[in-house]
Amino acid sequence: MTTLDERLVGVRDGGRRALVPYLMAGARPDWTRLLQAAVAGGADVLEVGLPFSDPMMDGPVIQEAALAALAAGTTLDSVCAELGALDLGVPLVAMTYCNVVYHYGLERAAGRLRDAGVLGVILPDLALEELGEWAAVCDAGDLATVLMVAPSTPPARVARLTARSRGFVYAAARMAVTGTAEGLGDGAAVLERVRATSTMPAYVGIGIASPAQARAAAERADGVIVGSALVRRVLDGASPEEVESFVRDLRREIDAT
Amino acid sequence: MSVMGAPDGRGRFGEFGGRFVPEALVPACLELEAAFTEAWADPAFVGEFHETLRLFGGRPTPVTPLPRLSERLDLRVYAKREDLAHTGSHKINNVVGQTLLTRRMGKGRVIAETGAGQHGVATATAAARLGLDCTVFMGEVDTRRQELNVFRMELLGARVVPVTSGSRTLKDAVNEALREWVTCVADTHYCIGSVMGPHPFPWMVREFQRVIGEEARAQLEDLGVGVPDVVVACVGGGSNAAGVFAGFAETRARLVGVEAAGGSAIGHGAPGVLHGMRSMLLQDEFGQIEEAQSISAGLDYPGIGPEHAHLAAIGRAQYVGISDDEVLAGLTLLSETEGIIPALETAHAVAWIANAAGRELAPGTTVLLNLSGRGDKDVAQVRALMRGDG
Ligand SMILES: Cc1ncc(COP(=O)(O)O)c(C=O)c1O
Repeated sequence: MTTLDERLVGVRDGGRRALVPYLMAGARPDWTRLLQAAVAGGADVLEVGLPFSDPMMDGPVIQEAALAALAAGTTLDSVCAELGALDLGVPLVAMTYCNVVYHYGLERAAGRLRDAGVLGVILPDLALEELGEWAAVCDAGDLATVLMVAPSTPPARVARLTARSRGFVYAAARMAVTGTAEGLGDGAAVLERVRATSTMPAYVGIGIASPAQARAAAERADGVIVGSALVRRVLDGASPEEVESFVRDLRREIDAT
Repeated sequence: MSVMGAPDGRGRFGEFGGRFVPEALVPACLELEAAFTEAWADPAFVGEFHETLRLFGGRPTPVTPLPRLSERLDLRVYAKREDLAHTGSHKINNVVGQTLLTRRMGKGRVIAETGAGQHGVATATAAARLGLDCTVFMGEVDTRRQELNVFRMELLGARVVPVTSGSRTLKDAVNEALREWVTCVADTHYCIGSVMGPHPFPWMVREFQRVIGEEARAQLEDLGVGVPDVVVACVGGGSNAAGVFAGFAETRARLVGVEAAGGSAIGHGAPGVLHGMRSMLLQDEFGQIEEAQSISAGLDYPGIGPEHAHLAAIGRAQYVGISDDEVLAGLTLLSETEGIIPALETAHAVAWIANAAGRELAPGTTVLLNLSGRGDKDVAQVRALMRGDG
């Protein structure tokens, strides 16, 4: 059990559906202020994007945020320095791509992130078959690697993914990269497959953009991840108060389930 | 193990290769690996592949002795004439293989990325022949630089999608094709353009291109040349090089891959992960991918196929860089001495041979040049460059 596992089981045992807003580190100079706003709005976990030049699993909104962050000079070190100085009171999960941590050095990256208070990592381009070395480093360093189950994942593979995931299982609601969409897509079916193999908390994400969608997701899942819809607002200049208010709208619908 | 054999079970060539893709794409890669493995062992499929290359693709392409160039350089140079294949380059070999496989897998649509448009045109061509729906992703910058190729693809019935993300060139076209593939893997095959991407693509594309090296090997025997001293090919992602090297990897021939100096993944890169593979990549100190810079769009790629990274690591092949200025000299040299206008990509290989003659290449050395493509597509650009307004 990693610390993230304990914390997220704690959230579930407390009878709460987790709300996980995603924000891109460095997309705006006041990005840490936005993290605080998201927590004030009712986030249980924060997913923090570390920008990569070629984000294969991201749609136009998060791509744009990544480019803005890179243009502002954002690096793994700069993000960790800023995160380390914060006390947000909720678990942090970093989302980035293999090359960012590979280039930094697996052990060094895991250590640096964990020291900055990051409890989990999502590397969408790190397939199960390539996970070994990174997973060993993470296990040794109490860093959770969260794995994704997709609508295309065959049932036998779901069990292998859930067994290897830490913290929570990321149930992808559709065959798509990050973005905004309608409805819950294949979310319910993917959740069912995850539940059949694991008691680990299962969170739904990909294309969840509105409070109504978040509510539909929360009716079935232990948590809901909202990325592009929030990042769009950030890129359009939303104030911290507006970010907080959007997160609160999501929270209200999730809690209404 | 043979030098250019199959990769290991994880799709690795030594420490390079593998499959670094989102979970959503893993099942499709596994399906493709199984389908290709099975098809490539099926004489009916292999037969149809070679038959299509013969009747439609213009194979076998000849090996042409280059006497005037040879005399000029005091070498014995031969060219494998991929410029004479249908659509004007080796790209047709790969797309014929992949579209036949697409049909065999029961899929009705292909998507592809393209830089200058050569692979896009080839894919559109092969798709038209089999009645497959075809969408090509092309960086917005490239759609403007290569307007005519956009029109060619459209003539062939393909849809061209300008890519506006990132640097709006080839690397982003690959990203966009991968993103699109996530949404449609069930009925769509991603017809990748070189020996790159996640396993099984680098291996599969090399196998479809292997015909270049196998033909050339036999043709040089017939010409009484035997095994050449050196085999030279230009390298973008590395498919024409991999194809010709495959025919000579087990011989004593020296293998030389010529990269654009501004896109020299082996020369200036570091190991990393991009586009589903672990390979050598141009990147900054933080692991952000850098853009390649080259006069030739086909070599404008910040990475290189993983098997080349491996061949370099074990010392079986050598990779060198050629600057944009040297390329034009190479292009005119071959045009004037032999009456063959090569593609700008190919001109890199010509330029290296010219530079190395009398230095690394002793008088009388036999050299096989893989003449990967014809230069028609580049003539307007070359004219502008020569007039100094390119
Ligand atoms: C004529 C020609 N040669 C070479 C290349 C580079 O590709 P590769 O390295 O895969 O052979 C291209 C790519 O567009 C090309 O058009």
